[in-house]
Amino acid sequence: MRSLLVLARRATLLAALVAWAPALANEAPAGEAKPPPVPEKPGHFEAQPPPFSPGIFPCTGCHTGPGDKTRRELAFHDDVKFEHDAEHRWCLDCHSNENRDVLHLSNGDPVPFTESYRLCGQCHGDKYRDWRVGVHGKRVGMWDGQKTYFLCVNCHNPHSPRFKPLTPEPRPRRPEEMRR
Amino acid sequence: MTAPRKSLPVVQGEAQGEPEPAPGGVTRRGFMRTAAAGAAMAALSACGIEDFFRKSFRELSKEDVKALLARLEKKHSAKYGKAVTMAGTPVLPGVEFGYGLDLSRCVGCRRCVYACVKENNQSRSNPQIHWIRVLEMEKAHGVDLAHSEIYYEAAEVPRPGHFYMPVQCQQCRNPPCVKVCPVQATWKEPDGIVAIDYDWCIGCRCCMSACPYGARQFNWAEPALPKEEMNPVTHYLGNRPRPKGVVEKCTFCVQRTRAGRYPACVEVCPVGARKFGNLLDPQSEIRRVMDTKRVFVFKEELATQPHFYYFYAT
Repeated sequence: MRSLLVLARRATLLAALVAWAPALANEAPAGEAKPPPVPEKPGHFEAQPPPFSPGIFPCTGCHTGPGDKTRRELAFHDDVKFEHDAEHRWCLDCHSNENRDVLHLSNGDPVPFTESYRLCGQCHGDKYRDWRVGVHGKRVGMWDGQKTYFLCVNCHNPHSPRFKPLTPEPRPRRPEEMRR
Repeated sequence: MTAPRKSLPVVQGEAQGEPEPAPGGVTRRGFMRTAAAGAAMAALSACGIEDFFRKSFRELSKEDVKALLARLEKKHSAKYGKAVTMAGTPVLPGVEFGYGLDLSRCVGCRRCVYACVKENNQSRSNPQIHWIRVLEMEKAHGVDLAHSEIYYEAAEVPRPGHFYMPVQCQQCRNPPCVKVCPVQATWKEPDGIVAIDYDWCIGCRCCMSACPYGARQFNWAEPALPKEEMNPVTHYLGNRPRPKGVVEKCTFCVQRTRAGRYPACVEVCPVGARKFGNLLDPQSEIRRVMDTKRVFVFKEELATQPHFYYFYAT
């Protein structure tokens, strides 16, 4: 799934590179298709890439400019089942209307998708606090060194955050079942 | 069966020199003596003279450990048809491992059980060996072994009204299993891991009956470890292939954790319920858990003082 995503993104990047080839001579190619890597800074965490549906990012692929700000049922994104305080919230409370490729905080500051934890942390401050020190959420890598964090959205669907039930692996065999 | 046959010519030679040969030309005593010697020789040639007469792992010099690991690497590489590496990484200075498991997150999916089997080369079936057992408990009873079930089956977990408590070796500071071992084949390492030398274990299973957590498992038969599933990155005290008739258990993935990596169960957990780190580092995840959450140890009343902590993050 993830490799598919990476492939898709690489393909988009390639297409963008081809289209912009004349401009490449004096311009860095980064930032065309995927959010640019953010330099190391306090409060920034190295994390897994956000789990975009294939082909959905960049949003500016379709949304060229600011859209209608009135709250309504969407015709296109009908695969999104919105169950995240739906009574009070809707798309543009988190997604930026000005720059469609980023999210925004409640004060309007843009937040790239790779740092969505800052947006989630606005409401879920206790979880954010635990996540930053490794008590909530998951990390892989080295316990005493380089590790990769999982973003909130790598485990929780941001539109329907409750953790979904899983199918368990098979039960262990009973001793009597192991007799030869 | 081949041993007595091999020794027969010797018996006959000896019998000729004996003053009173039995009617058959073989005295009972002479036969028994050479048969025993023959059996001992057969056993020695099977496992290698060096390994038979070597000291216990902790008494070996650095050179001896290196030679031993090289011998075992060669043996297992040939057996499993791939390049097996075997580390003997000693304790990291200034490190004491601690493990945290968030009971408010675990959903009982058993991903950890099978990731552990894969990482640590357990026998897949007959005997099926799991180092982690997930107990399904009833919310109405809390942590109560009398109302727990490890053989639960469900289409979806967590099941309503239940919570889940995975149990594995608790790496006690005061380990009953170590006390009862008659040959000191299991011991406490300074970084907290209770280690087993599978070559020193005599299979008496005293440690299994001493362990209050049921964490130790016995290889009742030759372990069934398919060549293609064998994990070739091993540690002498950890996931190297075991012979029949020895006890094994969780080692906090010593082959990974002494190389700085997280244990396999931590990395596979889909809900992030498992935490691992250095108890001596105040910034480590496990210390943050202990400083800020409600933590308990399993069967505290037994004073085993585990390095394994259960906690509730919510």
